Amino acid sequence: ARIVFLLPQHFHFNLMPVFLFVLQTPKKKITRELVQTVLARKPKMCSFLEWRDLKIVYKRYASLYFCCAIEDQDNELITLEIIHRYVELLDKYFGSVCELDIIFNFEKAYFILDEFLLGGEVQETSKKNVLKAIEQADLLQEEVSVISHSYTVSEITLKHAR
Amino acid sequence: MPAVSKGDGMRGLAVFISDIRNCKSKEAEIKRINKELANIRSKFKGRDKALDGYSKKKYVCKLLFIFLLGHDIDFGHMEAVNLLSSNKYTEKQIGYLFISVLVNSNSELIRLINNAIKNDLASRNPTFMCLALHCIANVGSREMGEAFAADIPRILVAGDSMDSVKQSAALCLLRLYKASPDLVPMGEWTARVVHLLNDQHMGVVTAAVSLITCLCKKNPDDFKTCISLAVSRLSRIVSSASTDLQDYTYYFVPAPWLSVKLLRLLQCYPPPEDAAVKGRLVECLETVLNKAQEPPKSKKVQHSNAKNAILFETISLIIHYDRCPPGGGGGGGGPGSFLQHRETNLRYLALESMCTLASSEFSHEAVKTHIDTVINALKTRLPKDPSCQLKCTGLSRALSRSPVAQPFRVVRNLLTFGRTPEGRYSDPDVLKVAILAEKYAVDYSWYVDTILNLIRIAGDYVSEEVWYRVLQIVTNRDDVQGYAAKTVFEALQAPACHENMVKVGGYILGEFGNLIAGDPRSSPPVQFSLLHSKFHLCSVATRALLLSTYIKFINLFPETKATIQGVLRAGSQLRNADVELQQRAVEYLTLSSVASTDVLATVLEEMPPFPERESSILAKLKRKKGPGAASALDDGRRDASSNDINGGVEPTPSTVSTPSPSADLLGLRAAPPPAAPQAPAGAGNLLVDVSSDGPVAQPGLGPTPEEAFLSELEPPAPESPMALLADPAPAADPGPEDFGSPIPEADELLNKFVCKNNGVLFENQLLQIGVKSEFRQNLGRMYLFYGNKTSVQFQSFTPTVVHPGDLQTAQLAVQTKRVAAQVDGGAQVQQVLNIECLRDFLAPPLLSVRFRYGGAPQSLTLKLPVTINKFFQPTEMAAQDFFQRWKQLSLPQQEAQKIFKATHPMDAEVTKAKLLGFGSALLDNVDPNPENFVGAGIIQTKALQVGCLLRLEPNAQAQMYRLTLRTSKEPVSRHLCELLAQQF
Repeated sequence: ARIVFLLPQHFHFNLMPVFLFVLQTPKKKITRELVQTVLARKPKMCSFLEWRDLKIVYKRYASLYFCCAIEDQDNELITLEIIHRYVELLDKYFGSVCELDIIFNFEKAYFILDEFLLGGEVQETSKKNVLKAIEQADLLQEEVSVISHSYTVSEITLKHAR
Repeated sequence: MPAVSKGDGMRGLAVFISDIRNCKSKEAEIKRINKELANIRSKFKGRDKALDGYSKKKYVCKLLFIFLLGHDIDFGHMEAVNLLSSNKYTEKQIGYLFISVLVNSNSELIRLINNAIKNDLASRNPTFMCLALHCIANVGSREMGEAFAADIPRILVAGDSMDSVKQSAALCLLRLYKASPDLVPMGEWTARVVHLLNDQHMGVVTAAVSLITCLCKKNPDDFKTCISLAVSRLSRIVSSASTDLQDYTYYFVPAPWLSVKLLRLLQCYPPPEDAAVKGRLVECLETVLNKAQEPPKSKKVQHSNAKNAILFETISLIIHYDRCPPGGGGGGGGPGSFLQHRETNLRYLALESMCTLASSEFSHEAVKTHIDTVINALKTRLPKDPSCQLKCTGLSRALSRSPVAQPFRVVRNLLTFGRTPEGRYSDPDVLKVAILAEKYAVDYSWYVDTILNLIRIAGDYVSEEVWYRVLQIVTNRDDVQGYAAKTVFEALQAPACHENMVKVGGYILGEFGNLIAGDPRSSPPVQFSLLHSKFHLCSVATRALLLSTYIKFINLFPETKATIQGVLRAGSQLRNADVELQQRAVEYLTLSSVASTDVLATVLEEMPPFPERESSILAKLKRKKGPGAASALDDGRRDASSNDINGGVEPTPSTVSTPSPSADLLGLRAAPPPAAPQAPAGAGNLLVDVSSDGPVAQPGLGPTPEEAFLSELEPPAPESPMALLADPAPAADPGPEDFGSPIPEADELLNKFVCKNNGVLFENQLLQIGVKSEFRQNLGRMYLFYGNKTSVQFQSFTPTVVHPGDLQTAQLAVQTKRVAAQVDGGAQVQQVLNIECLRDFLAPPLLSVRFRYGGAPQSLTLKLPVTINKFFQPTEMAAQDFFQRWKQLSLPQQEAQKIFKATHPMDAEVTKAKLLGFGSALLDNVDPNPENFVGAGIIQTKALQVGCLLRLEPNAQAQMYRLTLRTSKEPVSRHLCELLAQQF
């Protein structure tokens, strides 16, 4: 996958969040073109479309579209399931995820994606393993916030990580 | 579930996000954002009190959010870098996120970032290491590659690295390799990476397969051992029960992602040679194909998607091995059955698979069994979805090239798509359909129907040549004249009909209207009034044509004379502002009044048959490539290559792209002999006569040379379909000992073609051999034209391409098409060669031509003008890069140098042209001495690429040159140096 992004079906205004998880942040013009292309699709249409020299694989979950741009030789169906697995991960982590969870915790959405996909390739497909990694990080975070003003934080962090 | 840190960490951020969401207008949103930006800026600048880590983290997060809303962010990088260096995990994490999303190329910043990453990589804290690796993988810049490409392989194969670190390291390395392959050093670690396929941890295997798939494309030999490991891993997955793999099972499908990746990896290699491995793989593939037939274990779409993803990848692998799958079901058994499927996604993919199958040389049989399903799907189940329609069109195009498809059905389908807005025709499409129709016409009435249909649907794009051609054919074939008259008469009755239809109708009725005059529904007055009803809507040219039709009517149907004379006499004709119309009206009126019936009948006699010459359509094609095209090929080639370098994106030969018409002709010539008697002559004429003195024109150069070229170029492949995974049969070529050694002047002849692709390769008093060739990447197509210069037929004419001893088929694959065994006196036959460069090679293949002339056997062996430099891809680079690479290739054996005397006048322009013809890019402003020439290019072979740098220093006083070549392969340097040195 070259570009992974998700976008809400309804924009608050035309600038409301379009979340992009990307290898390289595309130019604004390209972003706009992508968004328009995907939003113009009708519900019964198939989830793949050819766009420039890439293929777009997208799926709509409630009010959010999750999209991946993949290269010609990549497998579309398995990409569709990459999207689904990512949604499952978000769902498990946030507990029935909704658009607001992602907006208010966008950094978490990034962290989960980084554990699942890296450099556009699947890194870890086991739901348990991905969430274990994120939970561990969260535990570190909580330790830190409990003793947030202590200078021994770094030691604790390190100890925990081992 | 741990409490998600809502609020406790960054309340300010949540407040800000709600504020934004509560904005009532875009203006309010922008105002709020600007306020926040000003606030953050002042906080970051504030000298009075340093920000603590928490505040920095909060503000950096806000900036990130503002960026995601679509605003530009040009500050905050320094604060993010500070966070990176923090020891607090949460701060570090946000810092890395900011850097990954908002990459900045400020060099000072990059130094700091790299420093922080370096520390984290060395920290031996797996969490930190992963963060650092994620950042490198997300940014993937060249600077990062330079800093870390050497370290990451070490982390990847280190025995004590945690699984998660290995996973991240593998993908991180992959990203760096994709971005700048030259930076990743190959070494002993590669062997250990292959063994990661055996790892206990499935996640590690998944990541490793991705890496290996990419690396092995450039270095197939280094990774060869991965085949057996991949097969055994695949076999374990495929045969496992749905619960064996625990969390790696996805909706009852065991490890679908890994399976797909393994199947893709295997597609990088030919079928395994080892019998045991091969057997195991066949078993796997069979299992997958069988499982596809089983009832689904779950009704969920995820289950079937994952299962089908594996199935499609399996089919791709089978197509790659270019055989039919076992069981006789035919490769189409998979995708063909999906065409009936209700689900749009599957139907789309099925169409795509069929496209691939149809364009594959050996699966025609498989496609054939499904042809009716396909046509049916195309016709009736045409989904309302444009992407599916596009695929359909692509498929029917692919099928139209396939000799098994019944072409006229395909043409009919092409016509059907023309009616949909997405399938609207463009000019080349129409020409293509017209050509297809003519080539594949089973009878002329069908042909007439097709072309008239074409005019009806795509009238705007039907050029003159297309409708001239239908007139020619109708005029020459008296068996279709009546039918044609009837058909055009019916077509003209449509309320809105295209002007081109009026032209065709006017002409045909004027000539053959009498054939349908017996029917009262198309009696002469009816015919006339029908035509005349269109008259006023037409352009001058059409009206002029109609006036001629009218005068012909007077001859054919004397009863219409009065009416027509009335029309001609009308002021609007006799005093028409257009000279041509006025003149015709006056002349025809006078002619009809003064001439006797006999004279009229003679003057207005039916048109004589057109001389049986080339089709006007083919002539158009020929004109397109018209005079001056000699340089077009070279230009085209160069343009295409420079596009590559600038764009960096390979123009993929997509099945939905519009192949240029010329491309089609190339395809057609390989098709079975067409029914139309004119066709062979036309096709022959299309090949521009190379024996003429003028500049040699090119076939195959339509408006989009590179695309057309690629879209038609099928890789050379073995001669006969073989069983799945069978060992390639030994080549049927007779050994070279059967052929004489090359004629003495063969080398000299070859040298003429080092820097050019077209010309006369050989000529004696009997035979002339012309060559035209095109090369792209590691593929080439060559046309050989054998002209019989005598007036006597050559018998048993057999040109054969042979590989001399040291040129194994493993280096260069040449696929030839058979030519007719007889060459008539004065005739020319053409032979097409598909060439694929597999590895670097030194000696060119030989061309042996044997035939009998007046009973005497003749034989001749030449060197085929295929030299390694044909596979050059020019590379532009800046002076700095050039010198850097030049230095990198400083081993003595990498350099070849020659000092030689000029044999031709030393003209800078000529030299330049030769160097460009040689294939390298010429780099200006690199050499401090402007007299010198500096060039760079990459030799593309299937197995490897060889970068080449060259420098030519002319010395006008001494009439000498010094030529220096540096490449990464010793023999290539020497060989190129020798080839090029003979050119000046």
